[in-house]
Amino acid sequence: MGLEFENTDVLIEEQKMTDKQKSNKKELTAWEIVSISRHPKRPVLQDYLSLIVDNFVELHGDRYFSDDKAMIGGFAEIGDQKVMLIGHNKGKNTNEHIARNFGMAKPDGYRKALRLMKLAERFKIPIVTIIDTPGAFPGLEAEERGQAEAIAKNLTEMASLEVPVICVVIGEGGSGGALGIGVGDKVLMLSNAIYSVISPEGCASILWRDAAFAPDAAEAMNITAKALLKHGVIDEIIEEPEEGAHSDYKAIAESVKKAIVKNIKPLKKLSVEELIQHRFEKFSGMGKFSINQSATSR
Amino acid sequence: MAWYSETTTVKKNSKKELWVKCKKCQSHIYNTEWQENHNVCPNCNYHDSITSYERINLIFDENTFVELFDNISPADSLNFVDLKGSYKDKYEANIKKTGISESVVTGHGKINGIPAVIAVMDFRFLGGSLGSGTGEKILQAANYAYDNNLPYIVFSASGGARMQEGALSLMQMAKTCAGVARLNKKNIPYISVLTNPTTGGVSASYAMVGDLNIAEPGALIAFAGRRVIEQTIGEKLPDDFQTAEYLLEHGFIDSIVNRKDMKAYLSNILSFYSNKSN
Ligand SMILES: [Zn+2]
Repeated sequence: MGLEFENTDVLIEEQKMTDKQKSNKKELTAWEIVSISRHPKRPVLQDYLSLIVDNFVELHGDRYFSDDKAMIGGFAEIGDQKVMLIGHNKGKNTNEHIARNFGMAKPDGYRKALRLMKLAERFKIPIVTIIDTPGAFPGLEAEERGQAEAIAKNLTEMASLEVPVICVVIGEGGSGGALGIGVGDKVLMLSNAIYSVISPEGCASILWRDAAFAPDAAEAMNITAKALLKHGVIDEIIEEPEEGAHSDYKAIAESVKKAIVKNIKPLKKLSVEELIQHRFEKFSGMGKFSINQSATSR
Repeated sequence: MAWYSETTTVKKNSKKELWVKCKKCQSHIYNTEWQENHNVCPNCNYHDSITSYERINLIFDENTFVELFDNISPADSLNFVDLKGSYKDKYEANIKKTGISESVVTGHGKINGIPAVIAVMDFRFLGGSLGSGTGEKILQAANYAYDNNLPYIVFSASGGARMQEGALSLMQMAKTCAGVARLNKKNIPYISVLTNPTTGGVSASYAMVGDLNIAEPGALIAFAGRRVIEQTIGEKLPDDFQTAEYLLEHGFIDSIVNRKDMKAYLSNILSFYSNKSN
């Protein structure tokens, strides 16, 4: 069994939708959805910032090493909600992609995210995280500074945050790099976003011995919003315009805003104990296994 | 509910080959010497894998181990099929091959008289990968420690998350860490022991958030694979990159402990936690 993070290649290339996909309402394949989730014109966090966030006060730095531009965060107003907004930001053109490392955060990014979450917790501010990354950055300095520790720490700390946490997967939910800001009371996902333990290319290169089998791996791993809702990994799907989020920025941004506001409100009514207990039970219930030979789902 | 089983019968390596070749220094060692040394090379101190039950025997006092949650095994909830066949066939073959039902064995026992809950991963079972059953057992064992106010020790040996369970395996990272978070809140000791290898999703979850992170010598401990990083940065990495020694140097583990000393080390640590002197 290989490392599951092998070959998380960033394949941001022009993905042209075929006419057939455009005109046909038939269900998209997992691989077609992968293409849409990586569409070069797909709205990224900074698009949502300008479309649905008022009064964004960006806060920088992890206080240990650097300010990771792949992960941004700060105070934000979304509708009538004042929140701490944290998320991966891929950038919108080649220069920005490079500056923001294609949304692949280093430990510094995860530590910045945690710093802001703990700040929000102290002042009872709900947290909204926006997930859009091919994966955590696989580089020498990331390993050196403890990529694994940074993500693991976030998973542990997020489990007991005393404020509501809403996570929205807007594009690519790449493995531990996504989950590192993904432990929420409600996990929402755009209808053409993906969320996966490893990239389809990475899975194919290990289990099929050839990255060209990525479409098969994408199908097999159940990485689409629809499949993940069925398996209890996410709570709600935010429907995109028919041709994908990139075809109508305003429409998808409005839907995202509505979904965030709608989901925060009931969570704010819960006591801290209830909130943490519900979150613990939610993640305790993840996964399917067998007990005494008979398959169970819970 | 039958959570308990009788004290587990320990499966000994029954191979009768006279010599073992060390994977690191290539020396040939007498099999009996190799086994008496618990799969550690007497020549170069290479710590080879050992089975969960061998590990448990090394750590717990004789006849104190009670296995828990051994009724949990994998499920093929995605009907996953790759080129080599179905996930279901694969794990069923692994259950037959190893005699254990998931990639981790859980239970409680005593370490030099001090009670503790333990989870020991077994690399033979699907590369020690983190599946839903693995995550469930690690969480249940954490909950057992929580309910009974017992220290929790996890020995990791894993290639990472189990791809054949898709995002369900990814979620085990959050699930197990949620268990650790509860231990933290209740001030229950949690010690993580990282053995060769501890990589990917296991390193990025419960294995790296011990109150203490202890490692065996030479263990590979990594988030991303060496090959991927070399591709990313376009250069060769140093030989000791991602070893236990490298992580110690960079501040991510507390100590490197030889296998033969692990029991005494752990019981010494636990004695500080249970110190009730004035
Ligand atoms: Zn040797």
